[in-house]
Amino acid sequence: MPSLGCPTVTGRVLYCRVMTAPAVASEFRDVTCPFCGLTCDDLTIAAAGSRLTVQENGCPIATAAFERAPASVEVQPRIRGGATTSPAAVAEAARLLRGSRQPLFAGLGTDVAGARAIARVVDRCGGVVDHMNSAAMQRNVQVVQDTGWITTTLSEVRNRADLVIIAGSDVGRRFPRFFERCIEPEVTLFAERRRCEVVFLGADPAAGLGRAPTLIPCPPERLGEAFAIMRALLAGRPVQSPGTTGVPLSTWSGLVERLRAARYGVVVWAAAEFEFPHAELTIQMLCELIKDLNRTTRCSGLPLGGSDADLTAESVLLWQSGFGTRTAYGLGRAEYDPYHFSTAQLLRRGEADLMVWVSSFSETRLPPRTDVPTIVLGRAGMVFEEEPAVYIPVGTPGIDHAGHLFRADRVVAVPLRGLRASHLPSVAQAIDAIDAAL
Amino acid sequence: MLLKLTGGRVYDPAHDVNGEVRDLYVRDGQMAAPPPVHERVHAEYDLTGRVVMAGAIDMHTHIGGGKLNIARAMLPEDHRGDPVVRTATTRTSSGHAAPGTLATGYRYAEMGYTACFEPAVLPVNARQAHLEMGDTPIVDKGGYVMLGSDDYFLRLLAAGEPQSLINDYVAWTLQATRCIGIKVVNPGGISAFKFNQRKLDLDEAHPYYRLTPRDIVRTLTRAVHELGVPHPLHVHGSNLGVPGNVESTLGTIGAAEGLPIHLTHIQFHSYGTEGNRKFSSAAARVTEAVNMHRNVTCDVGQILFGQTVTASGDSMAQYRNSGHGSPRKYVGMDIECDAGCGVVPFRYRDRNFVNALQWAIGLEIFLLVNDPWRVFLTTDHPNGAPFTCYPHLIRLLMDRTFRNDRLAQLNPEAQAMTTLASLNREYSLYEIAILTRAAPARLLGIAELGHLGPGAAADITVYREDADRERMFAAPEYVFKNGRVVVRDGRVVQAPWGRFHAVAPEFDRGIERRLGDHYRRYQTLRAETLVISQDEMAAFGHGAELVTHPCRT
Repeated sequence: MPSLGCPTVTGRVLYCRVMTAPAVASEFRDVTCPFCGLTCDDLTIAAAGSRLTVQENGCPIATAAFERAPASVEVQPRIRGGATTSPAAVAEAARLLRGSRQPLFAGLGTDVAGARAIARVVDRCGGVVDHMNSAAMQRNVQVVQDTGWITTTLSEVRNRADLVIIAGSDVGRRFPRFFERCIEPEVTLFAERRRCEVVFLGADPAAGLGRAPTLIPCPPERLGEAFAIMRALLAGRPVQSPGTTGVPLSTWSGLVERLRAARYGVVVWAAAEFEFPHAELTIQMLCELIKDLNRTTRCSGLPLGGSDADLTAESVLLWQSGFGTRTAYGLGRAEYDPYHFSTAQLLRRGEADLMVWVSSFSETRLPPRTDVPTIVLGRAGMVFEEEPAVYIPVGTPGIDHAGHLFRADRVVAVPLRGLRASHLPSVAQAIDAIDAAL
Repeated sequence: MLLKLTGGRVYDPAHDVNGEVRDLYVRDGQMAAPPPVHERVHAEYDLTGRVVMAGAIDMHTHIGGGKLNIARAMLPEDHRGDPVVRTATTRTSSGHAAPGTLATGYRYAEMGYTACFEPAVLPVNARQAHLEMGDTPIVDKGGYVMLGSDDYFLRLLAAGEPQSLINDYVAWTLQATRCIGIKVVNPGGISAFKFNQRKLDLDEAHPYYRLTPRDIVRTLTRAVHELGVPHPLHVHGSNLGVPGNVESTLGTIGAAEGLPIHLTHIQFHSYGTEGNRKFSSAAARVTEAVNMHRNVTCDVGQILFGQTVTASGDSMAQYRNSGHGSPRKYVGMDIECDAGCGVVPFRYRDRNFVNALQWAIGLEIFLLVNDPWRVFLTTDHPNGAPFTCYPHLIRLLMDRTFRNDRLAQLNPEAQAMTTLASLNREYSLYEIAILTRAAPARLLGIAELGHLGPGAAADITVYREDADRERMFAAPEYVFKNGRVVVRDGRVVQAPWGRFHAVAPEFDRGIERRLGDHYRRYQTLRAETLVISQDEMAAFGHGAELVTHPCRT
């Protein structure tokens, strides 16, 4: 079996099983971080017992997520706030699930194995499935369903892009190492000194970006109009005014010319930041502009996501049943309805009688407030205003156990490994246990 | 546990069995020799009057991986129109042109198929391909991994590195991605498109690397052959879909320089430029070359009329087709300095001149290739048609009257451009068994599939004899998978998980350090991350076995 340089870690890592950590401190090299979606796989992390410290190639998100306490020994399952045993918590969860008629599986912050287990159980129980990030994801999903798009991936950007436009998104905050890993490198497959021009369109420039970028201060909610103006200019149609974009027409025509002259332009956005009505229409207009540009040159979009494993849940559900999140299985066939089967709508209208909230990467992504009984499979350290019916603390993939996760650009499923001993079940194990008890 | 299948008419071309009435025995999931008389038979199936074959094998079907999932994401209407309702033994799924993996496994099994091979696995996307195949119930599966437009390979070739190093890279890729064959798609063309090149002919230089597709095909056929990989280089040739591409196809055969080569969905590569519409059938020239060159195998990639979706690694060709989609939407991707893809929904119409002629060209190819061991039955699912159309295709091959009746309904100009009406050949059951069982297993180097001799996996399909061959092949009476009845009367009754099949040729480990350095220097992922462990494959396949087949030494 090929193995390119064994990582310097004591103890053997087995897929989906608990790893025995040594008593003394150890150092893990080439660790993959599962948190923002870029899945950087070059971190060095020191472990002392269950305490982790990011030593190399971290970022604010990674450091916070890896270094958070508590160790697993301090956290126990709870039933209505009272500490209990794992078997009792599982039995109570199964009892609630057995008695429910339309359970909602939401949050869905879990790895591939967890998503597969949830997909199986939601089908069996005739429930509904949604992800905590689905409002943002739907802005992209609906464009793909309606007209499609042309996109690229991180290594292509890193090697080919000579013009990158950051559209309406604080990419530097959400994906802290994006510029360092994809824009800054000068040595590429095709050049010794690649210069990649960066334009911030309706977004504040990232701190630490090495050179002065161009800033175009169009408000994000006006970007749809901006892209429409750019399409018209590209097509040679007469455009009289910059509309309500707040930016002179000459700026738009200048940007069009730069895109047309670029050899490989890339437009980056994070749909999570397009928090205005009908943002999917803005994204669609952008994607149609990109398609127009491809008549004469190469240009691609880069939609970034992947935090709380949103792309993982979406991919797994989609390939199994044909539909992603916001799908109901109660009728024995898959019903996708992005409006009716959102967590918010189901809870507001009282159409779910039980919620199973899953969040194994972030203990701060809490279930929405509701009177509906809630079972939480959450990262250890979750603090509730109101205790759920059942709380089962679970391990974090990439920290407490091995797993797989899809990267932000939707092509790579990276393997994650466990870094410390943990008594916590994975989401997949917890769901399997509940399923067996049904 | 000994099973006896009594009195069926057996078609087992690997053992020259042509419709003989024979009893078959199954022990512990495998075909067994007739046991001693005193041994107790635990269950007996009376197959009098039935047609019995090994489970069918689809050696080129897009069932798993990123581009399929893109197609699923694009087509919720395809799924709403074709739900797969949950039963006591099967889960909810959906889809006709881009079905969910669960629907895919159930429906293949219901048609008597027991093994399926995904032909376009990107190295960087291999985990997703295996996860999706892993979530495809019942059937055995495997993948062909794509090389030839990845920048690492093109750099090696452009630098004049020795064939031995290229062989090491090819072998490393097969092992890392747990695949059974090597695929090349539009050699060099997927890469050229990233440089804004819109076409790449067989002897045309890549805009950056200055290599030609011919160089790439020659080098990769040699690598596959020298490594002893049973499956030949699996080639999606240059200029797919372009009128006149027969020249590329004939040239590609030449590029193999006599070594084994497999030309896939060859129908899409068999076009001339004659006639008013400058689009004609070149099936005669292509099949003449296939007949003459015994190192060449092909699968047809038949189109059938109706709604489907084209999902391909050939980003260049798909961009060219992007305006012709129906419904009009398109997704294209450049992927990780590795490859690319493009997805365009498509409706083939019998009134449309081009589509009607494409239909005829595919059938001409089936009927003009002499050796049934070197032509395979595919629709390049879903590109030509969904795989659920195979029974209809089989009837077209076996029933000349049915075929000619259908031809007579097509666009009249297209009818005038095809010789199909004069091709009287009808495929026999024996020949269908070769195309769909014996030959694919042999071409993949999988000794235990595609036949019913002792030691074979007990993957058995039992059909009720029916003069309407479409009805016959659409709903087998029984399908056995590893000796268990999984389908009865065309419905799944249990859904175990099938096995993965792969090869792992030897190589010099020096390539690992080179790849590690290259990826660290240029890519956004470490090379080590591409390597899939056996434990991972077991998890992807729900505990199913990964069978690694030997390479020729």
